[in-house]
Formats: sequence, C-alpha cells, structure tokens
Amino acid sequence: MTDTPVLALDNVSKVFGRGDGAVYAARSVSFALKAGRTLALVGESGSGKTTCARLIMREYQPDQGQLLFRGTPATHAMADYRRAVQMIFQDPFSVLNPAHTVHYHLERPLRLHQKELNKAQREAAIAELLERVKLDPALMAPKFPHELSGGQRQRISIARALAVGPEVIVADEPTSMLDVSVRLGILNLLNEMKRSLGLALLYITHDIATARYVAEDIIVMYAGQIVEWGPTESVLTDPQHPYTRLLLSAVPDPDVRFAQSSYNAEMADVENIRRLSAVPQPVVSEVGRGHFIRPIPG
Amino acid sequence: MSMPVLSVKNLSIDYIGEKSDFRAVDDVSFDIAPGEFFGLAGESGCGKSTIAFAISRLHRPPALIRSGEILLEGRNVLDLDKEQLRKFRWSEVAMVFQSAMNSLNPVLTIETQFYDVLHTHLGMNRSQARERAAQLLELVDISPDRLKSYPHQCSGGMRQRIVIAICLALNPKLLIMDEPTTALDVVVQREILQRIDKLRVEFGFSVLFITHDLGLMVQVCDRIGVMLEGKLVEVNAAQDIYTAPQHDYTRKLWASMPRLHGEQIRQGAQ
Repeated sequence: MTDTPVLALDNVSKVFGRGDGAVYAARSVSFALKAGRTLALVGESGSGKTTCARLIMREYQPDQGQLLFRGTPATHAMADYRRAVQMIFQDPFSVLNPAHTVHYHLERPLRLHQKELNKAQREAAIAELLERVKLDPALMAPKFPHELSGGQRQRISIARALAVGPEVIVADEPTSMLDVSVRLGILNLLNEMKRSLGLALLYITHDIATARYVAEDIIVMYAGQIVEWGPTESVLTDPQHPYTRLLLSAVPDPDVRFAQSSYNAEMADVENIRRLSAVPQPVVSEVGRGHFIRPIPG
Repeated sequence: MSMPVLSVKNLSIDYIGEKSDFRAVDDVSFDIAPGEFFGLAGESGCGKSTIAFAISRLHRPPALIRSGEILLEGRNVLDLDKEQLRKFRWSEVAMVFQSAMNSLNPVLTIETQFYDVLHTHLGMNRSQARERAAQLLELVDISPDRLKSYPHQCSGGMRQRIVIAICLALNPKLLIMDEPTTALDVVVQREILQRIDKLRVEFGFSVLFITHDLGLMVQVCDRIGVMLEGKLVEVNAAQDIYTAPQHDYTRKLWASMPRLHGEQIRQGAQ
C-alpha cells in the first residue's frame, strides 16, 4: 500500500476581488485525502469550506498553489479526474432532475463513463447501486424525485456518485437538510462506502458532532485559513486554538444549561477571538501527535 | 398555580385534500406558564409549525382548525374578529419565523421598519419611534447607528436580532420562535438564544421555541413537548426529556444524534 494521497491541496490560495477589497476565501490551504479515510472540514459559513470543495471539483482555479492528483499536478481538464472525484451536495431536493426517473439518473453516468457496458450489464449495475445504498431496485428505479423523501433522494445522490467508480467523494453538508432520524443512516452509509470501496472522503460540515462520527481527521477553518488540524479525537478533546474552543463551546450540548454562569464566561470574548483568528498566520506549531495549530498573534 | 399565558386545548388541524384530509395536528393540548421557555420538538411534517401558525391565526387554507381551543390569557384566539386580530398580533403574540433574516423589507431602512410597528400600534411619531427603536436595538446588542442601515448591510445574525427587537417592541406576552437560528452558525445561534433567555427573565414574556435540535432545546427550555405525526407524544421538564425520556420516539431521537463528547453512539439508524 502506497502512502501517496489520492488527492491533495498544496498551499492553495483563492482570492476574490482586487486591491483593498480582496478577500482570501482560501489562504495557503494544504491537506491530503487518503484512500479509506475521511477528513472532516469544519467551520462556520464564510470560512472557506465550500471554496475548498469547489477547488477540488475544479470549478475554481487556484490563484496560488496546486492540486495534486495521485501525486502529480492536476492542471488541465482530465476525464480521469472528472470520473475519480465526485461530489454529494447539501440539498437533496435540487440535485435530481424532477423530469427524470431514478433509473435515468443512474443510467446516464454509467452510459457516459462506462461505455463498454451493454444494456443488460447497465441494468444489473443500476440494481447493484441501489442495493448498495439500501434501496429496493424494483421499487425505486421507476420513481420520480417528487415521490421520494429527503433521505431517499440523498441515497440516490450517493448512488449516482458511486456509479462512475470514484476514488474521492466530496460531501458538502450531506445531512444538514435531512431530519435527525435519517441523518445517521446517511452517515453510516458513507462510513460503509469508505470501508468497502476504499474511498477517500472529504466531509464538509458545520455540525462537529457528526464530523466526530465519520472522520478520522479533522480540519478547522476560519476566514479562509486552516487554524487547527489533526486526528479528530485529539482536536476535539484537546482543542488548542481559541477559535476551535469557541466553536466547540457553542455546539449544542444537553449536558450544560444556558443558565449556568461558567458557560456564559466562555462566550465573553467572541469578537476578539474572531478578529485575531482572521489575521494571516504563516507559523505552524505542533501541539500533539499529528495535531497542529496556527497560533493567534500576541 | 397562576393562569397559563397560553393554553392549547384538544387542538386538531387538517389540511384539506381533494380526496381525503390530512390530519397535521391531532388532539394536541399543552399550557405555557408566564415567563416559561417551552420547546416543541419534532421532525419535518410533524405539525409543530402548523401549531405555531395557528396560535397567531396565520394559518391559511387548506389548513383548517377542526376542533379545539387556543386560549391566550383565557381569551379564545379563534373567536377574534379581523380588527381584534390586528391588535392581538405583535402586542400579545409576536412571531419570529424560520427565515426571519428574510422577513425584513429590503427596500426600507431598519428605522422605518420599527416606525411601521410603533406608529401603527402605539401612534408614535418619527422621533419618538427613533428613540424607542434605539432602546430596543440596545436590548439585542446592536448599536443605534444601525437604524440608518438597510437589511442587506447587516449580517444574518444581526438581521435576526433586529427582527427579535421588533418583536419585543410592544411587550408581547408570548414570543413564538419557529426554527429561529437554523440558518445561522452555532456561535451566533448561541449568542442569540442566550440573549432571548436573559430578556425573558427581564421582561417576563413566555417563549414557544420550535426546533428539531433536541440538544439545543434541553439547554435553553424549561419544559419540552415532543411531537410525532401530529400527536404530542411526550411533555416533560427539559432535563427529564434528556435524562429519562419516556416515549420510544424520544429515545430514538436521542439515539440518532452523534455525540461531541464521551462515548460515541455506534449503531445502525434503521
């Protein structure tokens, strides 16, 4: 087994606007996705999570740095890359074409990316895909999107991503629009895909508790910059960056009542922490095994 | 025990269909005491928002209240005529919607939106309204300078706080919040809810808080009701809902929430 990551961002920056109005949506971002592992990318809206997803999907070109695919720079459009890197979106209600059946949604990627399959083989592949995402093929294939629940649609979306035999899946908030009781089913499914197919997963979320559920490693972003990263358990049990601590303290926790005074104290310095965390910080320090932070200035 | 602020009695609401009706709320009863923070939890389609809309009489066809009573300090909300209803909204019950950030008028300044409420209900002139609006904004930690701003110049969290400030303009007895922070970040969400919690202690209004996030609800509410398919399946003190859930569905909801600390749940959700 080689240690080369399937996909890596190497010191990537993406800037929007010019001059004084320039905003770094991603600033010197580096991370690697490895086969059979999940990397969680957490942060609030505007932190640069989705910019990273778009850079990986190559909807944006990096302004600095490069994208490495199996160790070599991914510079021009490559059919291989398009096949290998697939995305699952947040909104299961808008990703499927309402005019087409489930069967159509799954057959199309098979026809485009696996041209060697004949009709019977394609039918078999569709049935297998639906079984993989725990849906009954005979029942589901003829249905239209409006006949499906949110959770079922998200499963179809995952099946569609799997249809082309991907190596990397980027899941951008795949459960945030689903009901609590169906979220876990989708997370379990992602975990199973990772294990049985050896996929590299990038799990983007603002829900840190679900990140803990699926990811071995975690990255915390703020204002386009990665402020802390490392093994999930290490980062969540022993957060070192003030912003990570702030974020973790704000996660709803039924064990702590709002009325408790100690709880309010943590929130006192929000503006200050935000301001300092947004300052560009090239220095990185190791705070634990494989656990790093960009210390805030001062 | 003092009289409840809100008393919902045997409320049933149907959505009228062509072939058959859909019972969205089925024989639901609960009370909210003065100054109480009451939570209504449940998943999409369970009827929790339908109840919120019915309380402020904002429900529209095909929703139809089949039976039951909604009493606000003993007065049946369902009996109010158009003029009474106009006075009742805002001054007795104020509502923060799910997309409250978008419920401000984009072409009016913040000041004008305060003026609308204060002039209509209290007959204030411009300068009186400006002064009162500045006080209200301070309650939610926003500088009075913002009165001249338009909604698009404020962040999402700020807009949400402005909506809350407008809601408090007439000292309502009940504040209904339907998923008020779902579109916001956790840090902002916590700031807003802690602020509301402080304000209700200060002003003594009650809160009906609707969300699907049971963990958040336990943190802030006094009592919680759990809804499933139109029925209220469990009502209890917030801590008991967490530590000693009685209904299978409540237990199932807890079991499907990944934990941030301590032992991780590991099970199939099916």
